[in-house]
Amino acid sequence: MAAPVTDLSAAMVTAPVPPAHWLAILPVVLCISLGALLLMLRSLPRLQAWIAIAGLVVLLLLDAALLQQVVGHGPLTMVMGRWLPPFGIAFTVDVFSALMALAAAVAALAAGIYALSDTTESGRRYGFFPLLMLLMAGVTGAFLTGDIFNLYVWFEVLLISSFGLLILGSERAQIDGALKYAVLNLIATTLFLIAVGILYASFGTLNMADIAERAAALSGTAPLMTLACLFLLAFAMKAAAFPVNFWLPASYHTPRIAVSALFAGLLTKVGIYALLRVLVMLLPAERDELSLLIAVVGALTVLVGALGALAETDLRRLLGYVVISGIGNMLIGAALGTAEGLGGAVFYALHSVVLMTALYLLAGEAGRRGGSFSLAALGGLYRQNGWFAAISLMLLLAACGLPPFSGFWPKVLLVKASLDVGAWWLAGTILLGGFLLTIACGRVFLFAYWRPASPALPPVRTGWTAGLPLAALTILVIGIGLLPEQLLQLARSAADGLADPSAYIFSVFPEGTIR
Amino acid sequence: MEALFAILVGLFFSAAVYLILSRFSIRMMLGIAILGNSVNLLIFTAGRLTRVVPPIIPAGADMLPSGAANPLPQALILTAIVISFSFLAFLLVLTYRAYQELGTDDTTRMHDAEPEDRPLPPLGY
Repeated sequence: MAAPVTDLSAAMVTAPVPPAHWLAILPVVLCISLGALLLMLRSLPRLQAWIAIAGLVVLLLLDAALLQQVVGHGPLTMVMGRWLPPFGIAFTVDVFSALMALAAAVAALAAGIYALSDTTESGRRYGFFPLLMLLMAGVTGAFLTGDIFNLYVWFEVLLISSFGLLILGSERAQIDGALKYAVLNLIATTLFLIAVGILYASFGTLNMADIAERAAALSGTAPLMTLACLFLLAFAMKAAAFPVNFWLPASYHTPRIAVSALFAGLLTKVGIYALLRVLVMLLPAERDELSLLIAVVGALTVLVGALGALAETDLRRLLGYVVISGIGNMLIGAALGTAEGLGGAVFYALHSVVLMTALYLLAGEAGRRGGSFSLAALGGLYRQNGWFAAISLMLLLAACGLPPFSGFWPKVLLVKASLDVGAWWLAGTILLGGFLLTIACGRVFLFAYWRPASPALPPVRTGWTAGLPLAALTILVIGIGLLPEQLLQLARSAADGLADPSAYIFSVFPEGTIR
Repeated sequence: MEALFAILVGLFFSAAVYLILSRFSIRMMLGIAILGNSVNLLIFTAGRLTRVVPPIIPAGADMLPSGAANPLPQALILTAIVISFSFLAFLLVLTYRAYQELGTDDTTRMHDAEPEDRPLPPLGY
């Protein structure tokens, strides 16, 4: 039997991929291959650390180049195995994905440098740096992928690496925290998988661009509301939104500081990213219906986070509640759904990635200098070193959303967006949450820095591995606060890309390709 | 056939939720194992259940005959099985370690990360 003659160009990519499009997958390729390489270099911990740092610098440059490419030329798509979408698995990058990937690379580099002195020899032998690279592979993959089942797989990649990082050291508290973190996050991803299964049953496709295009037509016939609720619950669990947030303060303070910083900066933001991507871009009509629910959840998250921070003695757990409060602000942005509100949510997410990493590194330094993480025991840090106290105060104020630091602008956007749609209670909640957080952060400064220590603290030198990332992140926080214009533009265009995904869809399905 | 599977998936889910709500971590692990399997069955059912028409494209055609099962969900399950299996293995080891270290598998008595007798936050100096 003669083989049928087929025209491959109808189903496969036949033209060579432009070099710039390789940028869409290079960050993930880099992270996975470096993770494997570092695993093989297990017996050379010193070399391993330096290769990892160099790799993270390269990752940062790649993500920056990707962002520049996407901003200049619109969303870009690369398809695996030459099969055209929706059959091939696509990596589609728009401004939102590229921005988040870049922010993640900044956080990972800072945490990686801090880890040079923070991880012990045995921690490195158990694979801190390989797990760090694999975590970055998962996070970056989740940001860049354009296929929803693929998103699930990247969630699992980052989840399994985060389990590894979380129990590095095997202390009792770590195992206790890891058990709660692992069980709840696994349930959340399972819920996500259920939603993906139902999604495939109703749409017959897993490609996000394809789904975004078909969603409007299907909204009357398929159980899209159930889907939206499942996605909302799964991603709210990932992002630690109010009724499902209690795993975060139970686990984030247990691992090494570099790991906590990485988690606080990245993992909850992946949940928010997926929430915005799926609910705003794929199921906009259902998001409209659910907006009141999301708004209430967001408002409660803001308040619960701020009140938790007020009631907490342990500095690291207090920061866990600060993370939660920030998540509430982003959810409010997602609930508003206007260009302004989404822009505020995206801006807040970027600010939060940088700031929460910096705050945990700060807590690590404060604990090392003061000998404890408890607010009841800390004291005298201001007298010990004025510079460190100044950096601390700036980062704490940025967390409360006070000018002139990075937290101010996204809050302004969100408050204005809520007032624009007449939701004065949301604006009030954001402001009240900021006020309570200011008191909580003021308490930290009062007790840990201003209160004189009973025996005066001996002078402590901060090595460059801790000083450099802290200083760099602080400069970034001040820089965003003073010159927000460019980032604001980027956040706005990211929000526009979410609200009107036609450019995203066009990059996956240019005119004339089959569906 | 699909209705039967839907009921089965529902039963699996309820058993899983019941077990996950338990206080004891080993029961929660059993619940998670069942939950993973129920999700796999759900996706499997979503791809149509039939054994009449094999999912093979006949010569001369370029599409599956109508009524054939969709092979993609089965590929998806393959991924999901591998992932949920490895996670379950990890979680079982973690639970065992937790039992060894903390001396209990009752989650209400696991208080190492969040100690019960924490001092009150300082109210002033």
